[in-house]
Amino acid sequence: MNIPNRKASDFKSDIDPIWCPGCGDYHVLLSLTKALAQLGRAPEDVAVVSGIGCSSRIPAYTSCYGFHGVHGRALAVAAGLKVARPDLTVLAMSGDGDGFSIGGNHFLHACRRNVDMTYIVMDNRVYGMTKGQPSPTTEPDWDSALSPGGTGLSPFHPLVIALASGANFVAREFSGNIKACTATIVEAIRHPGFSFVEILSPCVTFRPDEREWKTQVHKAVVEATDDPARAARRIMTDDGFNTGILYRGRREPYFASVAERLDDVAPLERAFEI
Amino acid sequence: MNASSSPPTVARSVSFAIVGTGGAGAVTAGSLLLEAAGKAGWYGVMNRSVGPQIRGGEAAALVRLSPRPVSCMSKRFDILVAIDWKNADRFIHAMPVAGGGLVICDPAAGEPPRELREADCAIVEVPLGELAKSIEGGRENMIAAGLVAELLGLPDDELGEVVARRLGRKGASAVETGLACIAAGRAAAQGFGRSLPLEPAAPSGARRWLITGNEAIGLGALRGGLQFAAAYPITPATDVLEYLAPALAKIGGALVQAEDELASINMIIGASFGGRPSLTATSGPGLSLMMESLGLAAASETPIVVIDVMRAGPSTGIATKSEQSDLNIAVYGFHGDAPHVVLAPLGVADCLFTGQWAMHVAETLQTPVIVLSDQSIGQSRVLIDRPADVAFLTRRKAYEPAVQSEYRRYAVTADGVSPMALPGQPGGQYTADGLTHTERGAPSSSRHDQKAQMDKRLHKIESFDYGDHWGIDEGQGDMVILTWGSLTGAAREAQEALAGEGIGVRLVSLRQILPFPHARLAEALEGARRVLFVEQSHSGQFQRHVRAHMELPFEIRSLNREGPDLIGPDEIASEIRDWNSK
Repeated sequence: MNIPNRKASDFKSDIDPIWCPGCGDYHVLLSLTKALAQLGRAPEDVAVVSGIGCSSRIPAYTSCYGFHGVHGRALAVAAGLKVARPDLTVLAMSGDGDGFSIGGNHFLHACRRNVDMTYIVMDNRVYGMTKGQPSPTTEPDWDSALSPGGTGLSPFHPLVIALASGANFVAREFSGNIKACTATIVEAIRHPGFSFVEILSPCVTFRPDEREWKTQVHKAVVEATDDPARAARRIMTDDGFNTGILYRGRREPYFASVAERLDDVAPLERAFEI
Repeated sequence: MNASSSPPTVARSVSFAIVGTGGAGAVTAGSLLLEAAGKAGWYGVMNRSVGPQIRGGEAAALVRLSPRPVSCMSKRFDILVAIDWKNADRFIHAMPVAGGGLVICDPAAGEPPRELREADCAIVEVPLGELAKSIEGGRENMIAAGLVAELLGLPDDELGEVVARRLGRKGASAVETGLACIAAGRAAAQGFGRSLPLEPAAPSGARRWLITGNEAIGLGALRGGLQFAAAYPITPATDVLEYLAPALAKIGGALVQAEDELASINMIIGASFGGRPSLTATSGPGLSLMMESLGLAAASETPIVVIDVMRAGPSTGIATKSEQSDLNIAVYGFHGDAPHVVLAPLGVADCLFTGQWAMHVAETLQTPVIVLSDQSIGQSRVLIDRPADVAFLTRRKAYEPAVQSEYRRYAVTADGVSPMALPGQPGGQYTADGLTHTERGAPSSSRHDQKAQMDKRLHKIESFDYGDHWGIDEGQGDMVILTWGSLTGAAREAQEALAGEGIGVRLVSLRQILPFPHARLAEALEGARRVLFVEQSHSGQFQRHVRAHMELPFEIRSLNREGPDLIGPDEIASEIRDWNSK
């Protein structure tokens, strides 16, 4: 196949992001556009679907078709779109609050359903748009006005839950590692079924401590496995900063799809004749 | 045998109930008889009455047959056949037997309930169990079917044909057994010395259909171009989805079972964004969950249809019983100002048209359309003439790359509808958004964009020509029965009965609930002196809705109440009679 020569800038829109200076999401946007350029599909054949939050602003910053929906429901919109339009490359993009709190149930079932699409969550362990409340991935002792002294709750472990729920591709990256992020997004999109990529993306405004992430992350020292048990052990025992593709499954993607044109309805009417 | 002999009188409508424990086959017997009656030229309607138990509770087939189209049940039954009396205390109050009616029961099943023993009806004992046992593999429900067929004068050929087709899958011996049971039932009924023959039906040219409201609304949506559905099960809407799942698959579409209603509504929004006409079906609790995303569909101008098969609320309410009490949430449940469309089928047969029309309006106006059906029509199975084909020219206003240099998805146009690009179209890329946006779709918090986009969305809904589909206006007189949706059939029967007595009454019923068709309704109410509101809502939601939109310089009465006790033709007629006498 003749892959046209595309540049990352072909996938950027002219709208300026609302993100704070230094936000990790700028890097995710860059990695995404680089990955899409590498994949070589035209911007109009890609759809980026999101919910609500800082990271969910991303569709409008691309030159692809975008859908910026309500809080927590990006995966449902994306699944409906992909089943209806199997010809498209569909990405859902969320943050940790959107994806794991209000949208947590959809996360489980999207992994189970295994529709052929890619889910990228920009995890900064805080609600940034509402100015600094703890999210499901926030450490239990992180102090805030809404939960003084910390929530005291055990953090949500997205990769473990993705794996346990049946996701077909599981990876973690750090937004600052643009090359690695780009490569992983490319692999995630190419992998059949539901691919999940958690990108640690610092919120320098409400979590300045996350600036240290760039020194804490380290590449996984082993290759991706297709054995869920091995992947589970690896993910359960890592320190949360292990990056790379951690699991590549072999499940068949979800089966249903919609034809462009449907057959005539008239034969269905005969079922009601007596 | 304690039935008194009386000469057969020809009835214009006969109602019967077959009751028994769930699994006894009462519903099967009822549906065999209904289909056979349809083949013989009659019209009819059947409701199932089932208890809250999933299995083993009471089950009843309630059937009404007539030579003319009927769409609602009678309040009283001419014949009640009890296969057993288990759980009778739970439902017998809802199935009163008409004066002079007939109760048929098995003496081995014990004494009939006190209500029936004290009622003005004949109780006939037939050893259903013994008769069934005398036939190898025989079942009481088929004996009951034979009894009723004989009493009503249903011809053998048609009933035999239906039994052969329905039981044929189980093998020739199952058919033989079924026919033997029916013959035994018929023989038993011949000994009663009475019958309730139906007025002969006029032969119909077209093939008759046997269909439920839930099936009809699904089929209507398919006629309207439906390609994708998402589903979360909820009584009494599940049948719509269970009809659509295989139907869509057969013609190349798809239905996806979602994890909850939040997902199902967002899945159809995604599919429709991709250019495929989409719907979901739910009931009150599910509609409540969908409200936020319905607002998203309104703001992002994504066409979708949500069918709400209403049940008795609030909260979990009575899941298996009907009410018209979701009007308020459907019309007023959105946060912000979110113009949209609310429609209501005027009966079981009209579910077909309204389902199709809803798809047409949603696609044409790029807006969410809520269809308010309800349990009473959704789960009624009716015999109707094959509905006419209705051809709408349904097409989303498409983005044409050559026409616009810089594409503006939410361009303010003369009719308020903007060309909609679909993913895959080069140059049409935009981000659909629930945020207030510019004409291009870029997020905006400017007062100009807020006003321009709100004006546009209101304008497209209000300036659209809904044609003559707003509702119906039938009959003459300065008294008006004003109703909506599913009660139209009952109101029409009342009106016809009153006309027969020389009381002229107009029937006005709304199919279009929002945008409110005030000009058409004002026209329909011209010259009226008295208006009777008829609705199945405790608070009178419909009357309040009408009052919110127009002055009502008439004498007003209201016949309204909560479910599950459905308002019937007799009640409406007596309300008018009473008013007429004053």
